[in-house]
Amino acid sequence: MEEIIISTIQRTMVAGTPLLLATTGEVLCERSGILNLGVEGVMAVGAVVAFIVTMTTGQPWLGVLAAVGAGMAISVIHAFASVSLQANQVVSGLALTMLGLGLSGMIGKPYVGRPLSIKMENVEIPFLSDIPYIGQAVFNQSPFFYLAIVLALVSWFFLERTRLGIQVRSTGENPKATETQGVNVDLVRYWSVIIGGGFSALAGAHLSISYSKSWVEGMTAGRGWIAIALTIFALWNPGRAIWASFVFGGIFVVQYLLQPLGISPNFLAMLPYIATLVILLVISFRDPRKLNAPAMLAAPYKRGER
Amino acid sequence: MIQITTSDRYNITAARSLMTSLGAFAAGLLVISIIFLAAGVNPLFAISEIFLGSFGSAYGFKETVTKAIPLILIGAGLTLAFRAKFWNIGAEGQLLMGAIFATWTAQTFGEALPSVLIVPLVFGAGFLGGALWGIIPAILKIKYAINEVITTLMLNYICAEILTMLIVGPWKGKTRFGFPGTDNLPESVILGVIPGSRIHYATLILAVVSAAVLTVVIYKTRFGYEARVVGENPDAGKYAGIDFLKTSLILMAISGGLAGFAGVGEVAGIHHYLGYPASVSSGYGFTAIIVAWLAKLNPLYAIFSGLVFAGIVVGGDAIQISLGLPAATVQIVNGILLIFLIMGDYFLHHKVHIRFGKTN
Repeated sequence: MEEIIISTIQRTMVAGTPLLLATTGEVLCERSGILNLGVEGVMAVGAVVAFIVTMTTGQPWLGVLAAVGAGMAISVIHAFASVSLQANQVVSGLALTMLGLGLSGMIGKPYVGRPLSIKMENVEIPFLSDIPYIGQAVFNQSPFFYLAIVLALVSWFFLERTRLGIQVRSTGENPKATETQGVNVDLVRYWSVIIGGGFSALAGAHLSISYSKSWVEGMTAGRGWIAIALTIFALWNPGRAIWASFVFGGIFVVQYLLQPLGISPNFLAMLPYIATLVILLVISFRDPRKLNAPAMLAAPYKRGER
Repeated sequence: MIQITTSDRYNITAARSLMTSLGAFAAGLLVISIIFLAAGVNPLFAISEIFLGSFGSAYGFKETVTKAIPLILIGAGLTLAFRAKFWNIGAEGQLLMGAIFATWTAQTFGEALPSVLIVPLVFGAGFLGGALWGIIPAILKIKYAINEVITTLMLNYICAEILTMLIVGPWKGKTRFGFPGTDNLPESVILGVIPGSRIHYATLILAVVSAAVLTVVIYKTRFGYEARVVGENPDAGKYAGIDFLKTSLILMAISGGLAGFAGVGEVAGIHHYLGYPASVSSGYGFTAIIVAWLAKLNPLYAIFSGLVFAGIVVGGDAIQISLGLPAATVQIVNGILLIFLIMGDYFLHHKVHIRFGKTN
């Protein structure tokens, strides 16, 4: 029993990690007023790039770096379309997802089913990992796990406590007023989209080189879309994203726990998607004014207008 | 020094609109060429193979028309939804739900009823399945303000699992030797094809008629007007007393229902049994998004843009075989063309002036 509890918590943390990374990225992006539905595609690109680079160089961190670079580069497309050309952000994001899934499928083809022999060692936090139960379950994890939490906290601090973060938020709330304060709204939005893309790619890198240590087409399995839902559930707050992501990680893990009970695996596979609908329903009962949604989310901004 | 300035364009003619789309298409093909080059494939050869594979031979053209059927049905339905700014990304799931409903109806009543009765019944069931799956996000959006992009997408995944659960479980056919999939549908349900092709003409006619009727609905009826107001000016719509819930329910019932029709066509016209989700639909629900966009959200144009993207699907299959490119290539082509189409919209609505020389 003890082992089951520990391994369940441990796997929950692992499953929540990519969700947290992608959600944090989407929060940063949406706070600037740009909706990016390209998360799923960028995540797939990050996964395949990290996998290929890690496999060929033997350096997982080089793989991570390459993935983040690729994710940021491909996100420029969405930034250009939605910021410079004021295009419809829903369709532009969808196109990015299609492109990302397609590109990852194409460049990843020769790598399907090849296991990764290079292992990323777990990091044990001294003292904390000695705490009974929680110690080994939480404080003996892949570096991605700590990275995800640290990045979420840093992002929270950035948005809430720094001058630049306030500029990002006010860009999402009232771009016109922000512009008159001397802030380059377009530039802020470009960087928010690009950095958000880097986060999505990082989530993908975790999936391919740490979580499953292999690459298959479609391995992101809708996690990018779940991250977009979690962004809403987290009320656009990276701090809240931490627990929201790990609650969701738990839902992924519950599937495996319930499997021995003879429940249809297809039914269990539905759980994360059903849970996504449920959390959105739950959050909808809150006062919309307290939802914290950026006022100008998905509204194109044109300099010199209104 | 190059100076770029823009100004708004107000007189948008149909000809300019068409030219912009063609220009965007050409620019997209240029970028696709670069990707082909990077993949070590001669782009001119690859693009001509796609074209020849889909429109260049009788066999190819017949296949193109076959695959255009679901794309026209779904694409036409999406034009209505997108006009109301209802971002239905769930046509894939609505198609599958239509296929599930159709299969159940066919297996339950198919033996007892003649074709004249059972075929319309199966199409009705398919429409109902797609419509029901489509109105769930409409209710969630209007009643609970839940983003429809996420709900429609989640319902895709959920429907695919429901379908798989059925074909590996209670619906597993005795004639499949343990493989997932239902038994073949009764003979009376199987749709006729144009000899020498896989074109199930009943669905094709249905698709073209649906697109035409929907065009009339959008431009000539009160409902169509209300749907457009909901999309273009929701505040005015509220002021004018438009019932958003009713409008959204109807438009999603139509959009989902047409995807359900497509599901019927695939099951009763092509496969003749219900198999894995990926074999029932090869991503038609997503490709149809681009079909609707290229059609400038006009259902009638979706007939042509449906043919164009069916051609890309068929031609994509052809280059997979002849050039050894992966199946994902079609997704790349689709993604890039969609990106360029939406970018093209900017140049439709703006004049861009590029001046060389000193800035003053």
